[in-house]
Amino acid sequence: MTPLISINALSKSFPGVRALHEVRFELHAGEVHALMGENGAGKSTLMKVLAGVIRKDSGEILYNGASVDFADPREAQAAGVGIIHQELQLMNHLTVAQNIFIGREPKRVFGLVLDEDKLNRDAAALLAHLSLNIDPRTIVGGLTVAKQQMVEIAKALSFNSRVLIMDEPTAALNNAEIAELFKMIRELKARGVGIVYISHKMDELKQIADRVTVLRDGEYVGTVDVPSTSIATIIGMMVGRTLSDERYAGGRPAGEIALDVRNLNCGPLVRDVSFVVRRGEIVGFAGLMGAGRTEVARAVFGADAPTSGEVSVHGRKRAIRTPEQGVAAGIGYLSEDRKRFGLALGMDVESNVVMSNLGNYLWLGFFLKKPSIHDAALKFVKLLDIRTPSTTQEVRLLSGGNQQKIVVAKWLDRDCDILFFDEPTRGIDVGAKSEIYKLLRALADEGKAIVMISSELPEILRMSDRIVVMCEGRITGEIGHAEATQERIMELATQREIAKAA
Amino acid sequence: MENPTAVNKGVIESEPQALVRATGRRLLRPAALQKMLAFASLLLLLIYFSFASPAFMQEDNMINILQATAVNGVLAVASTFVIITAGIDLSVGTLMTFCAVMAGVFLTYWGLPLWTGVCAAIAAGALSGSISGTLVAKMRIPPFIATLGMMLVLKGGALVVSADKPIYFNDTPNFSMISQDSLLGYIAPSLPIPNAALILFIVAIVASFVLNRTALGRYTFAIGSNEEAVRLSGVNVDRWKIGIYSLGGGICGIGGLLLASRINSAQPALGQGYELDAIAAVVIGGTSLSGGTGTILGTIIGAFIMSVLTNGLRILSVAQEWQFVVTGAIIILAVYADMLRRRRG
Repeated sequence: MTPLISINALSKSFPGVRALHEVRFELHAGEVHALMGENGAGKSTLMKVLAGVIRKDSGEILYNGASVDFADPREAQAAGVGIIHQELQLMNHLTVAQNIFIGREPKRVFGLVLDEDKLNRDAAALLAHLSLNIDPRTIVGGLTVAKQQMVEIAKALSFNSRVLIMDEPTAALNNAEIAELFKMIRELKARGVGIVYISHKMDELKQIADRVTVLRDGEYVGTVDVPSTSIATIIGMMVGRTLSDERYAGGRPAGEIALDVRNLNCGPLVRDVSFVVRRGEIVGFAGLMGAGRTEVARAVFGADAPTSGEVSVHGRKRAIRTPEQGVAAGIGYLSEDRKRFGLALGMDVESNVVMSNLGNYLWLGFFLKKPSIHDAALKFVKLLDIRTPSTTQEVRLLSGGNQQKIVVAKWLDRDCDILFFDEPTRGIDVGAKSEIYKLLRALADEGKAIVMISSELPEILRMSDRIVVMCEGRITGEIGHAEATQERIMELATQREIAKAA
Repeated sequence: MENPTAVNKGVIESEPQALVRATGRRLLRPAALQKMLAFASLLLLLIYFSFASPAFMQEDNMINILQATAVNGVLAVASTFVIITAGIDLSVGTLMTFCAVMAGVFLTYWGLPLWTGVCAAIAAGALSGSISGTLVAKMRIPPFIATLGMMLVLKGGALVVSADKPIYFNDTPNFSMISQDSLLGYIAPSLPIPNAALILFIVAIVASFVLNRTALGRYTFAIGSNEEAVRLSGVNVDRWKIGIYSLGGGICGIGGLLLASRINSAQPALGQGYELDAIAAVVIGGTSLSGGTGTILGTIIGAFIMSVLTNGLRILSVAQEWQFVVTGAIIILAVYADMLRRRRG
């Protein structure tokens, strides 16, 4: 059987960087083929070449046995190769139907007037065909991320795609939504669509993929069958070494109470929340997407002003209504969305590191002390092993793991004792992940109080000394590390408030 | 996700190496490239006009250009701060006039000494800027609308205060010296550069220092780069924003003094339209309207391009109508060139 896609000896360089070197890849019809590798391994570049987003330097792409070289995504799409980017490419103010058929709207009256009825009919038919229960007239911005993703998939399939590339499709989905996505992937597979699946999550790989190809530093490492290969082997292929320390490392006995939150309320997703965090302790916040964990962190920190409740830091009651007050109380918040909330991407490492503590680097309260800023940045680059050519490098040019470390440096420089890490390893590759874990544990051992919000249960179980579980804005339970299991957490995470009418 | 530097896994290099690389990178940075491009265009314009008309390179004409650039340049410097925060200030033109009128009120109506007029103009500017800043930061009115409103308020305010009549500074003979005299001319008689130009350069140097070496400047870039991240770093963004708009307003006050001193009067009907020339100068100088990047040097070069162009076309007796067309086309071309280069980089 001729493979649907066959890539041979493909190379691509950017100025000064060899992104891909003689890479191979093969995709059969009706196969889910995972593509894995650390950040910077070349996965996205390879897929962008395949989808016509960027041009290859050399090598060969065979599509159904015929050589192709797509000049732009449009051409690839027309030929049946669709890509769903990690950041969804939808127009939030348009309806589902308008999004799906953008650029191909049916028209009438000599092509002068848009035929909205036909547009909606076609979209409805397409959505029904995919068994999606979405009204084509809904405004896309009002849908959940998961539904938006389904719309993207529907859009890609409306071109009769035979190849569908998905770049980290589950990054923003909760477990129920992931299950729904996998159901759809299996359906597409049954119809003979070939799917390339890029992901960092190993458990997903086992659930959905048939084969996996691993890239490392732009080179092809190998292709293996998923069912017959262990996860450790695949990780070993990715990082070129085997990772140990996958288990809970255990904290020292926790110290006195650092943060005491009582009866906090803030909007629909923070309802009567009370918890404590002790010095030297990592408290994991578990729950489904939308359970209110991020909202609790934001309310404690002052990013959103709470409507009622008490927050005490080291035994002293503090009124925190703005991030300025939160920081002054010694609380730091590391957002799940580094790029939007954590970093000034266009600025250099130095500026970002001292961002929350600039007052310390001023002469007469106004003039920058550039040498001390440089020294501070250099100190953290060494301390956290941040990989950057210099401290004046713009942070947008660094990898996700290194960007995360810069956000950490920003809060360490401010000497915050209470740190909220919101999804600290999102979008970070496996090698850098374990570095972040070590860093969190080291910070706790130094006596900092740490709250880690995570949607990945293995991560919660591995890192937390205590686990707080939330559901629909309330805390539904608290478990010590010893009693914690995935099942127990899931049970609490789905413990909805019993309907009052019943 | 795949970024080119991820492969460049060198940790920290030795200091001199790092310095050489950093300098190299700095010269190749979009902003620096745009500045060089703008500077080259300015030189080309100067060369072209001096060949095209013997009147262009005359001393009087050069002084004219410097005088015109001084007012526009100062306003453009004021705009640069606000534009780097990803905002816009449409009120700089009428604010300049309002400040000039305030100087007139102090000096001519009330007969107070010169320095009070200078302070009044700058204080009026800073106060108006702080109002714009408050509207933007505290009341969350988009900068375009807030400053559009302020533009009209100030325009009306200037007319009301002056009772719709020009205010002449005949009682304060020293006032016209602010702009027209030449301190440099006393020291070096061969260089009769007017004080206005001197003031522009002082303003530019101080502004450049503030932008690159002070907390206010750092937060100007940071707010333009990612305002929410700055807020979540515990920085009081609102206060800094108000500070930035106030600084811009104060600089407009200096612009008002320069203009009033140059024509020895405060003309309340003047001013509208200057804000667009200022924005054009900023943009030609390589500052992005989407915020986060920009330099004062670029803005100054941009201001010179605008005034050399206007002056040169007038000397070549190009009809006023066509002067507008050419200037407009040049602005579009300059920004397009910037876009092209950015896309390639």
